[in-house]
Amino acid sequence: MKPSRLNACGEWVLDRFPLASLWKDHMTHYYAPKNFNFWYFFGSLALLVLVNQFLTGILLTMNYKPDAKLAFDSVEYIMRDVSWGWLVRYMHSTGASAFFIVVYLHMFRGIMYGSFKQPRELIWIFGMLIFVALMAEAFMGYLLPWGQMSYWGAQVIISLFSAIPVIGGDLSLWIRGDYVVSDATLNRFFAFHVIAVPLVLVMLVFMHIVALHEVGSNNPDGIDIKKVKDKDGVPLDGIPFHPYYTVKDIARVGVFLIFFATIIFYMPEMGGYFLEHANFIPADPMKTPEHIAPLWYFTPFYAILRAIPDKFAGVIGMGGAIVVLFLLPWLDRNPVRSIRYRGGIYKKALALFVISFIALGYLGTQPATPVMTNVARVFTAIYFGFFLLMPIYTRWEKTKPVPERVTAELSLEEQFPAFIEAFEEITEVAPEPVDDGQHHAFRSTFFSRRPNPEGIRNVTTRLAKKLKESLD
Amino acid sequence: MKNLITLLLLMILSFGVRASEGIDLQEADVDLGDKTSLLRGAKHFVTYCLGCHSIKQVRYLRIALDTHADEKEVLKDIAPLGASIYDQLHSAMNKHDAEKWFGTQPPDLSLVARSRGADWLYTYLKSYYSDTSRPFGVNNLVFEDTAMPNPLWQLQGEQHEVIRKTIYGDRIDLVLEKEGTLSEKEFDQMVNDLVTFLVYVGEPVQMERQSMGKYVLFFLFMFFALAYLLKKEYWKDIH
Repeated sequence: MKPSRLNACGEWVLDRFPLASLWKDHMTHYYAPKNFNFWYFFGSLALLVLVNQFLTGILLTMNYKPDAKLAFDSVEYIMRDVSWGWLVRYMHSTGASAFFIVVYLHMFRGIMYGSFKQPRELIWIFGMLIFVALMAEAFMGYLLPWGQMSYWGAQVIISLFSAIPVIGGDLSLWIRGDYVVSDATLNRFFAFHVIAVPLVLVMLVFMHIVALHEVGSNNPDGIDIKKVKDKDGVPLDGIPFHPYYTVKDIARVGVFLIFFATIIFYMPEMGGYFLEHANFIPADPMKTPEHIAPLWYFTPFYAILRAIPDKFAGVIGMGGAIVVLFLLPWLDRNPVRSIRYRGGIYKKALALFVISFIALGYLGTQPATPVMTNVARVFTAIYFGFFLLMPIYTRWEKTKPVPERVTAELSLEEQFPAFIEAFEEITEVAPEPVDDGQHHAFRSTFFSRRPNPEGIRNVTTRLAKKLKESLD
Repeated sequence: MKNLITLLLLMILSFGVRASEGIDLQEADVDLGDKTSLLRGAKHFVTYCLGCHSIKQVRYLRIALDTHADEKEVLKDIAPLGASIYDQLHSAMNKHDAEKWFGTQPPDLSLVARSRGADWLYTYLKSYYSDTSRPFGVNNLVFEDTAMPNPLWQLQGEQHEVIRKTIYGDRIDLVLEKEGTLSEKEFDQMVNDLVTFLVYVGEPVQMERQSMGKYVLFFLFMFFALAYLLKKEYWKDIH
């Protein structure tokens, strides 16, 4: 049979470009562990949000004016007069916050299951570089709407560079291009935000994924699936990324988009956390707002900065809070990867770290009163303690035996019967009310139940015991 | 130069001070679906506020379109004489006069509802009281030493502050001393209409956005259901 024109075209391309082998190596024959759980979705979601930021960002630049006189009004023009401009802008502003939510959860997954450990140190380093690039991207993007918080936030952060001895003053001047944040600053931040940093981001994401596919994905059990292979060399606990994880990710993308759309359509300001109220006032170099707070994703680091009394030491502390994350693969001396088989001391340390990170995040949004500052100091100490004491306490850990093969985990839908059982335990059937011949329609099994104090007590003790056990 | 410094000082003094903490804000009852309230608010705005404050981000045409009102009616009832339907809500006051009279230029109010919030605006407009030490004879409980005179005093009447001792310390209450042309209920309604209008101009698309949201969410739930079934089908043989 003579090949059709279309097939011939396809052959022509395939002879010259390794599309088929790329697809095979990275999708259909890339074997991922079959026991990925909830925590393993945030990587692909981060990629989705990155694409969202690119597409909406390109559309925004078509109407945005990077000019101190026009910037604020051009954003409002997008919000009011550009067709669907409001949707694009809200997708971009909500996407920025979503990016950090997804990335923080992705990083926490890595810490929890030891995904940064040998042989995945480089993946972690590339990931950390992505995080730093992302922070630069978000910081510079936040200046563009040219609102009060954009302006004064940038003013505060750039002035931090002036705390560096000797070169500080000139350095901050060089960054701003002026003695205060001004039109020059806005223009260069625009250039960085739309071209320079996105290019770096794309490159780093590429390297992150290439490095991952070289060594293979970690899993919630933290074991190496390549150790047990069948006769064809396929890991027994591995499944092809495509179609298994692509279809699973599509379903999760649905869940993510439900949350994303709810915020965009019903609460785009998210109570002042995603879009700050004060940023609806045009930037005014003559009026300093009485309370300057960065957006929520920077507040943990901002709280560390304010907790340290000396300005330069504060800058070092803030930078150090990010630098210690880079060092994680070498700070953790325990060869066991997953938290499931690690000792109680590490589990407690990680719990303390999460609490201190969230607490610092909250404190960073609040005005710095003396009490708040002292509380922030305690949490800053815990934050650094988690990392810097790690070489010591991870040596004392009493780890549990790590299994040879991955273990099965109950999925959410398989846990439903247990939830129903717990519900039945904490409630009891109310005695049949006197039949007055009315309201029959409402007397279902659900509505006739009422709380059962003894059941609640039992379930709570059981949960508490389980929690204590899981921390040992 | 000296004038400039005084001016800057005045600006800092009049706007550096923000809402005094501890004042309980009264709740505004904003319902953007109530188009008559919104149009009443627009009319009140043009009558009492537009003299000093512009809303440069909104055109009269947009108000007509969003409220389904007739363009000619909007032009006749709401817009000032001589305005075109394509005009934005520009104020006639020029910058130099404003700075001479008030020490500062009255801000554009396009986004004031998004920066201050509806409840703040509602309480602010109701919290003026007589204070002879101030240049315009009035002060405000919510925004101390505000540079803005009370444009609604004829309608509301004159309020005075009364200090009441409570177990929590001194509380400042405002008592109506001289009746205005509106009753208290009518005045509250009027301020509420104004705030409704300001909330609308803060984001004219918000009604459309919310009504669109349910279709988007419905689609996404359907999408998720299908995607979930697809995943289940594929994963049947993975144990």
